[in-house]
This record gives sequence, C-alpha cells and structure tokens, in this order.
Amino acid sequence: MSELIQRVDLIFGEYSDQKYKVLEEALKRPNDDIIKDLLDSGLKGRGGAGFPTALKWKFTAEVPSDEKYVVCNADEGEPGTFKDREILSRVPRKVFSGMAICGKVIGSNKGLIYLRGEYKFMLPELLKELDTYHEHAKKLNHNFTIEIRLGSGAYICGEESALFESMEGKRGEPRNKPPYPTTSGFMGKPTVINNVETFVNVLMICRIGPVQFRKLGTTDSRGSKVFSVSGDTPKPGIYELELGMPLFQFVDEFGDGDTKAVQVGGASGFCVPRKKFKDTIIGFEGVPTGGSMMIFNSSRSMYNVLHNYLDFFEEESCGQCTPCRVGCQQLRKGIEAVKRGEKPVLYLEQLMKLAETMKITAKCGLGQSVANSFSSIVSNFKEEMIY
Amino acid sequence: MATKEKSKTKNITIKIDGQDISVAEGSTILEVARKTNIHIPTLCYHDDLCVAGNCRVCVVEQIGARNLVASCATPAAEGMNILTNSGKVRLARKHIVELLLSEHNADCTKCYKNGNCELQNLASEMLTRDHLFLDLVADRHYSIDKFNPAIIKDDSRCIRCQRCVRTCEELQSVSALEVANKGAHMKISTFYEHPLFEVVCTNCGQCVNRCPTGALIERTYVDEVWDALYNPKKHVVVQTAPAVRIALGEALGMEPGKIVTGKMVAALKRIGFQSVLDTDFTADLTIIEEGHELLSRLKRALVDKDPKVALPMTTSCSPGWIKFIEHTFPEYLPNVSTCKSPQQMFGALAKTFYAQKRGLNPEDIVSVSVMPCTAKKYEADRPEMRSSGHKDVDFVLTTRELAIMIRQAGLDFESLPNEQYDSIMGVSSGAGVIFGSTGGVMEAALRTVYEVVTGKEIPFENLNITPVRGTEGEVRKASLKITGTLPDFNFLEGVELKCVVANSLVYAKRVMQEVRDGKADYHFIEIMACPGGCLGGGGQPIPTSPEIRAKRKAAIYQEDMGMTIRKSHENPEVTAIYKEFLGKPLGHKSHELLHTHYKARQRY
Repeated sequence: MSELIQRVDLIFGEYSDQKYKVLEEALKRPNDDIIKDLLDSGLKGRGGAGFPTALKWKFTAEVPSDEKYVVCNADEGEPGTFKDREILSRVPRKVFSGMAICGKVIGSNKGLIYLRGEYKFMLPELLKELDTYHEHAKKLNHNFTIEIRLGSGAYICGEESALFESMEGKRGEPRNKPPYPTTSGFMGKPTVINNVETFVNVLMICRIGPVQFRKLGTTDSRGSKVFSVSGDTPKPGIYELELGMPLFQFVDEFGDGDTKAVQVGGASGFCVPRKKFKDTIIGFEGVPTGGSMMIFNSSRSMYNVLHNYLDFFEEESCGQCTPCRVGCQQLRKGIEAVKRGEKPVLYLEQLMKLAETMKITAKCGLGQSVANSFSSIVSNFKEEMIY
Repeated sequence: MATKEKSKTKNITIKIDGQDISVAEGSTILEVARKTNIHIPTLCYHDDLCVAGNCRVCVVEQIGARNLVASCATPAAEGMNILTNSGKVRLARKHIVELLLSEHNADCTKCYKNGNCELQNLASEMLTRDHLFLDLVADRHYSIDKFNPAIIKDDSRCIRCQRCVRTCEELQSVSALEVANKGAHMKISTFYEHPLFEVVCTNCGQCVNRCPTGALIERTYVDEVWDALYNPKKHVVVQTAPAVRIALGEALGMEPGKIVTGKMVAALKRIGFQSVLDTDFTADLTIIEEGHELLSRLKRALVDKDPKVALPMTTSCSPGWIKFIEHTFPEYLPNVSTCKSPQQMFGALAKTFYAQKRGLNPEDIVSVSVMPCTAKKYEADRPEMRSSGHKDVDFVLTTRELAIMIRQAGLDFESLPNEQYDSIMGVSSGAGVIFGSTGGVMEAALRTVYEVVTGKEIPFENLNITPVRGTEGEVRKASLKITGTLPDFNFLEGVELKCVVANSLVYAKRVMQEVRDGKADYHFIEIMACPGGCLGGGGQPIPTSPEIRAKRKAAIYQEDMGMTIRKSHENPEVTAIYKEFLGKPLGHKSHELLHTHYKARQRY
C-alpha cells in the first residue's frame, strides 16, 4: 500500500487480551463521561447519513421511559457493501460490547440486532458468541441482553423506521418523522439505532480515547471507515482506511489505470467522474459513503450502470409513497425512451427535475436518495444516456 | 403509522404564508392551515383515519428545511415558517399528481366516479394538460374484481393511498384489504388475491366511501331498475331505508343534515315507481318480532332455566355485521336474532302480502330498495332470501345511485314538493326512523318491549332513551330495571335488562370478545357495522366525516320527534298486518317469511 493511503486497524484490530475488558471498564464510568468522549471524538454514524452518535445517545438517554431499546442495524443491503458481514464475522465481540455500552448509557436492558436475511449463514457462529457475551454480562452484573432478528430480504428494511416496523412483525414501510427513534422507535419506545460499524467505533473510542481517535480523519470526518471496494479493480475487498482522503488517492490505489468513474455510497450514493477525482473528498464534507466504493473503467456503459440502479430501486421501493414508487418507474422508463429516441434529449431535463422532486418530497431516505445516482450519472455522462 | 395526536396542551405560534397563527401544540400543519382557511390539497388524508403521509400531495415548504414536509404528518412546532404555495411546492405537487395520473387508468368518461373523484379534481386544479411523464398503464396487467354483488374493485384506478386498507383495519378490524408486494408491483389486494366475495370482506362499503377514485365502487343496478320501470308488464315497488332520507340531499348539492323525506318520495313517484313505500314499516315489524324473540329467550333462560338458550341476543339488521360474525365469531351465530333485516322482511312481504292485497302476480312485481348500504346488495343476493318463492328484493340501490337516477330523470330535487308514502306498507313510526342511527334499534326495541312487559310507557322524557343513543368511537352500555310487570311477564320483575350498543365493526369485535371471554352479562346487543350506524353506511353520499355524520344523526332524531306515532307497536299498519296476514309475532307465517338462518364461514 502506498504512503498516501493510510490503512488503519481499529475495527479489525486485535481484541483486548481479556474478554470484554473494555466493556468492564466502560461500565464503571459515569454515563456523561462516555457521552462526552463520544462528542469529543467527533464520531458520526457509519450507516451513511452521518448523524453525530453522541447526540443520538444523549437525546435517547434524556427521554424518560421504563423501556428503551438498542438496535444494531445489520441489514446491509446497499449494493456494493459487504463490510458489516465482515465485521460481524471477524469481531462480533466488539459489536456486542458497543451495544452493551449503549444500553448502559441510555438506560436500556434490551438490544436487538436486525440481521440481513441473506446473512442467515452467520447465525450459528453469532449465537455461540452471544452466549459468551451473556455469560460475561452476567459476571459483570450488567443487565443487558441481545437478541438477533432476521430480515426477510427487503432493502427498505435497512431504513430505520421500516426496520422497526419489520421487527414488530408488520410490513416494512417507513414511518413519518417526527417522531424520531430517539423518542419513539421500536415498539414506540425510545431507541438508539446504529450501524454495526458505529458500535465498534464506540468501543474503540472507549478503548483508545477520543484524542487518539480524533487524530484520524479530517475535521468533519473523524476516525476510520471500512470500505467495500468492488468493480474494475485488481484488488477488491474490505479495507479499513482513514476518512477524508481525496478520491484520486483512492483511485490511484485501487483503480486499474483506466478508471472512468467511482460510485461512492452504492446505488443511493453519488457517481464521481474522472475529472472530479481531484476535488472530491471521501467523507461528510465531500461525498459520504456507508462503505460502498464501486469502480468503473472505460469499458463500462454508464447508461447500463444507471439502468441497473433504477431497476433496483423500482423493485426495492416499498411502494408506499408516490414520488418513490412511480418516480423510480418513470426514471427508468424515461432513460429507456430517450435511448431509443422515442423521447427528445430534452426529456432528460424533465427527468432531472423529477429526480429533484423525489429528493425533496419522498417519505424516506430511499426515495430521497434515488436522485443522487440519477442526477450525478446523467449530468456527468449525458452523452452515454443518449448515444 | 402515527396516530393522530389528541393531547393538546400549550399554545405555540407558527407562521403560514406570512401570517402568524397561534395554535395548540400537537396540531399538524394541515390542521392549522385548514383552521386558517388555507387550502392544502390532500389525497391519502382522511378525517376518519390515522395519518399515512404517503401520497405526498400535501407537501409544504418549511423555511430552513432541506426537504418539503408532508403537512398532514408534520406537527406544527414553535417558530415554524411555512409556505404552502411557493414555486417549489407547486412544482412538486404538480409532479406528484402527474405521477399518480401516469399509473392511473384515467379514462374518466368510462369511470363510475366521473365528476366525483378527488384525483380528477386535483388534476383539474393543477391544469394537467399535456402529461409530463410516460403512460405506465398500457403495459400493466391490472385486475378488476367484478364478481361481487356489492363492491367492484378496479386496480387500474387505484392510486395506492391505502385509505381503504386503513378503513378496513382501523374502523372495521376486518383487514380484507391489505397491501401486497413492493415497489412498482405494490398493490392493494386480498388474501391470496382471492376475489372479494371469497374473503372476509363484509361488503360494508366503508372503503367505497373513502376511496378517492373509482378503484372501489358499488356494483350499480341503475340501468336494471330503469329497464324494469320501462317494462309495462312489471309493477315496480320501492322501499326507502330510514337513513336515506337524511342524507340523499347531500348527493344532490344540499347541506348535510337536511331531512328530504317528502322530496325523495316525490322524486321516486316522478321517476315512475308504481308504489313508493317505506322500509320503516318493516323496521317497526322487526321490532315486534325481535322484541318478542328477546322476551321468549329471556323466558327460556329465566323460567325454564334452559341452558341452551343463546343470550345475549344480538340484532340482525346490519348485513355487514352478519357477514362479520359469520366469519369471525361463527360459534355465536345462535345468539344472532333470527329476524331478517327490515329490507328483507319488506321484500318477502312485497311479493306475498302486498301482492295479495293489490291482486298482483308476485312474478310481475319488481322489488327495489334504496339503502344507505352496499352490504344490502349482497344480502339481497343470499340464497336464503327467497322465502316468497322469488328473489325477495330484486335490486338494491344505494343513496348515491338514487341521486344518479334523480339527476338522470332531470328533476330539480330542491324544488320538488313534499309528498306522502303510498299505502299499504308505507306507514311508519319514529321508532322505525331511528333504525338509521346507532342505538336506534335498541331504543325502538326498548320503547316496545317495556310497554309489552309492564303495560306502561317507558319512563323517559318524550320517549327519548338517551342512554342508549350510541356515539362513534365507543361501546355504549346501559341497563334498565323492570318493575311493575304484567302477570304474563312476572319472571322479569326486578330484572335489570342489560344492553350494549356498538357501531363500527372494530367495536363490535370488542363486544364479542368480552362475550367470548365471559366478561359480559348483557341481555341484548345492538350492532351496526358502520360508524354512526346506517347514517354512516357504505352507500351514503361521499364524502363522509365525523361532522357530516353528526349532522345526519341530529336529523334522524329530529325526524323521530316530528312523528305522531313514536312506538312500533302503535303503527296501525303493523297491527293490521298481524290481524290480516301474519297472525301473531313469532307465529308460523312470521317464521316462514320474516326469519332466517345464518351460515358459519371461515376466516380464510
């Protein structure tokens, strides 16, 4: 690996010598202390949206309720991401510890992991590890149990409120917000829902301290991030890298020398063309990502790439709200019509406006983010849409 | 889905379109706007249902927020600055309506709801001239379920607002309609996509009342009725249900809550019905039969100590309720009164007693009913309902269909004179009128039963038994101590008659669960399947809302108060029919013509 790209070993690094030692120590600390550490660390959610974790926990801790929940979102469904699978199979103990710390901080004794249906194969190992966790929790006198619930294969259930609906046994459809999960989440109770990676980050902050953590990354994007690298690259795989690097460094490292575009953040993310590699930062100040980095070289048709994403969204929209359900179909059919010459090139402008409407009117993050890939691909590769 | 916030405590101030408004905390932006007379278009929102926030037509701009917000689902918060008509909002709304139109079979002139369609109204408001987007309907395979005698479901006109789904679940606890599939394939469907008549659907038509488009409509018999009217060989009689006379005006441009009995009779006569008669007459008859049935059940329980007697007894006038209990609590079918509904009693008598009196061949009689109900269409189609030897009721029209016929006939409804029902079977009492409201059957029954048992009038001022007048959104319980009984009814001396009244099937279910769990000691249960009773029935004019139904209810009780005869057993035509034709209540002839049986059905 070149010097420019800094590899980090926080997430996948060694466990502490003694099982659940970090948890044991964290349990002895005052809650405010832990929240302050998280605040100082600058940790933002790793699912992609980047909400400050400390605030999420603080808000939930402040709501008086006899029942609260800690939910770990392991419904990793974004095309091109496979890092949660890796984290859960290599360092599950860190995830459980992070959740247990959250339970202590917000005053919850119930944790739930919503595991993507396709990851069922991991269940036996995870359950074995959970038994060990529960033994230790008992020893530490920490009343916090963790349960695993399986999803059934809908992408939309990765959206937090749809995830709650699904866990409650209902159809996975996003809820209206407000209320937010911090006041009304799973079973209508205050809930912290975080990505798998976020919980591990919390644990690592407890272990190495916020100062050490802050040293990684940039002002807006502290710490490291696990990237799922795929596409036209000689070395696809999982890499833990510092946040905030410019995209050209990333392409230098992972590209095949003929990279024409990188899709940062999966189907719901942004497509960055070659000419913008230099000015694009991977992080919350630039292009945020939940981990997916798809590299395309010049042999790829961006029309096909976009068509593929739109097909995906058309299928995976819950179908509840108008902009997303019908908008996705219109976008897909629309680019087909332009490609076939049935609609004038100007129709792309109409579709761009529609994408913008979807972005500002859709009920949840899925519908709102379709415009990301659509607008970035159409505006940067217009000629490929037409010819 | 979030339920409507009801707890309203302190006041907050928000700005809408530059106007500062002080509102109770917890109100949504939409509620605030409506209070300020600012019109925000809506589609999935309905006053009777929980907020879904899924059509997105009601989006508004909140200054400082990245996205537009759905005004129906967003609570107003202190300091909010809202624009309801900015350029951003208008374009977004137009896009959304265009999107809905693109997957909607918009051949309006072929649609039953043409002219009474919320989507059509919006499209005209938005000036959707050249459709912006591609037509998605052409390569879809939409299904139309037209096998049901009551309700037709046409998926090609569905805009997936889920009002019907919420209605079926929240108001009726039936859930015959549910959301199936996701993404582009998402649709409103039934269990295993079976046709409506094969699933738990009760045909109550509440979904029809709330469908903004023509996706759920009643099966109409308007043309069949015109054909019968034009057939010189046929003698067409029509009966009108109590709740029609207080709602029909709404479908003809009048304010809710107007009593139009006389005009309706005049219209029916001008349309050409040979005999315009009143379902209220058989409502009175129902009270006599059902009252005696209750007394005989009570006697068997209290005197004969018969352990098999089915108590509490429930009413049987609401066909939605009948279908519901057949599916959901079939083990309690013996508890349902065996009395037919007034419509079916009327039908059976029209082709027997009426035919006899008028010297007509029952085969030549076409019996039409005008009902506030879609389930009545299904009821008339039941194989049990042929005790006259013919189909007792040939065609059932809803209040809405009658309004269509009145318009087709070119009548200026409001200027029609008030005319009287024909005779025979046209005289009724106030007790028959209140059948149209929740609690009405109970009140009518008590007025009669009490007097039969004690020989005295029931001790309530003006006979208004207000404790049993049901209200929406609750189960009403009341009890009445019986004293001073006549010798025949000594067994009831000192008995506290316990009654319960429920409307909407969700409350009916609650009552039946209490009964099943042994937590209830009721004697008599009145159930009406629709919110507010028949006045909120699935065949009533659209739109419906708690306010509209409250006005209809006030009109019904006003009509009752205006009647000279207030008690069913004092209806002279009722006395006469027993003397001339039926013999005595629960007698042989009654059993043959006025009583029925039920069928246990499965939930799936």
